[in-house]
Amino acid sequence: MVKVRQGTSAEQKQRDLYKRIVTKAEGKPPRLRNAAWAFFAGGIVCLIGQAITDFWAWFMDVSTQQAGDPTVATMIFIGALLTGLGVFDNIARRAGMGVGVPVTGFANSMVSSALEFKREGLVYGVGSRMFQLAGSIIVFGVVTAFVVGVVAAVADLFL
Amino acid sequence: MARKRLGVQTVRLESPPLIIGSGSVAGPMEAKGPLGHEYDQTYPDLMIGQKSFEKAERVMMQDACKLALKHARIAGNPPEVDYFLAGDLMNQITSSTFSALPLGVPFLGLYGACSTLGESLSVGAMLIDGGYADRVLCATGSHNKASERQYRYPTEYGGQRKPYAQWTVTGAGALVLAAEGSGPRITHLTTGKVIDMGISDPFDQGAAMAPAAIDTIATHLKDTERAVDYYDLIVTGDLARVGQKLAIQLAAEQNLTLGPQYKDCGVLVFDNKRQDVHAGGSGCGCSAIVTCGHLLKEMARGQIRKLLLVTTGALFSPTTFQQGENIPTIAHAVAIEV
Repeated sequence: MVKVRQGTSAEQKQRDLYKRIVTKAEGKPPRLRNAAWAFFAGGIVCLIGQAITDFWAWFMDVSTQQAGDPTVATMIFIGALLTGLGVFDNIARRAGMGVGVPVTGFANSMVSSALEFKREGLVYGVGSRMFQLAGSIIVFGVVTAFVVGVVAAVADLFL
Repeated sequence: MARKRLGVQTVRLESPPLIIGSGSVAGPMEAKGPLGHEYDQTYPDLMIGQKSFEKAERVMMQDACKLALKHARIAGNPPEVDYFLAGDLMNQITSSTFSALPLGVPFLGLYGACSTLGESLSVGAMLIDGGYADRVLCATGSHNKASERQYRYPTEYGGQRKPYAQWTVTGAGALVLAAEGSGPRITHLTTGKVIDMGISDPFDQGAAMAPAAIDTIATHLKDTERAVDYYDLIVTGDLARVGQKLAIQLAAEQNLTLGPQYKDCGVLVFDNKRQDVHAGGSGCGCSAIVTCGHLLKEMARGQIRKLLLVTTGALFSPTTFQQGENIPTIAHAVAIEV
């Protein structure tokens, strides 16, 4: 295999020096403020989710656990609707991972892609690009679930 | 050495071409910016009556060309220009090629990312000074949403931008260069080298481009044996706040003091306090609308007599940064003097 030339050490030194200057010039992102926003926004999303769970449990007369699936569907619907109305990105700009980590973020990643690429048509656009961002979430979600499942099954055998 | 060359990277134009007309068009957010009143035409929304952002970008470039031709008093269909030089940020520079179609004049497509304005002026000025053209139309532009969807995320995707991220300007600018007429003259050109200082974060374009800008400025001053204060204004294309700060620092290392006569289009184009643009503006349209809309008008008003325009470009694609490569950058300097 051909080894890519990484430049002379003097060049590398200059780059390292520059990177240090850059890091200083950029300043730090407002981590505390972002965290506070994410914490409260995420809390509100969960509060809404809990209310919806209680509603479905009462409305369909099922256990709270069984009410989980329709709750997820409702939250996805809300996330998708807010994306379609063009509000979600404005909320996420401040709330960050507070709305990104819950299933609302998953809905946004799918719907925003589907919306974005509808001009490329149903087949090459919406159909194939819809999972451009959400694809990774699904793939790694399934892989993680599989690994956890195997570990759990093996643990079951021995414990 | 070639007769018109100066130093290592500079060209001295023997009969300096004139900028006889320019046009600038800008999107709604730019219209609300500090230079909003300067643009020739602004649009109330980002779609500009089109079905896609890409088509909107194209319409902007065509409108800018029409305005530039009108201001230069060039009529006719096809217009009486020898070349149309244009570039943009879309894949395969489609905004430019599709704009060239209705113009119906010989076309050379350029790609220099956000440095395209300087690149097109350089090529255009050399064509005229070389005696290969009487009049050349140069144009470039960018559209925030069209760039977002190509380089970053779907436009409705909710995420947080880094504090040093920049906002792609929606707008386009066009200029008509001519051998004869009236207007400011392009006297010198310093063509930049591609530079990589190890920055690989695609949101960190200001930091990636600052070394290229300073390299070109320093080379220009050395080649022309001019001092910084020869110019009333040295303006970089789209380094924005972080990049501008770094540029001043890098210049100081080369014993160049960039004082108040050094500005950046990315900083000028938006109001950082009122507009949520983080570090500032970027994109081909950034230097284009600030130059065509504001700086050339300042020259006409007599506020600026000697301008060094240094457009800066980050030459990467989504593929290269996803494959972990650094962001190579470039800067082209164009000296415009009354």
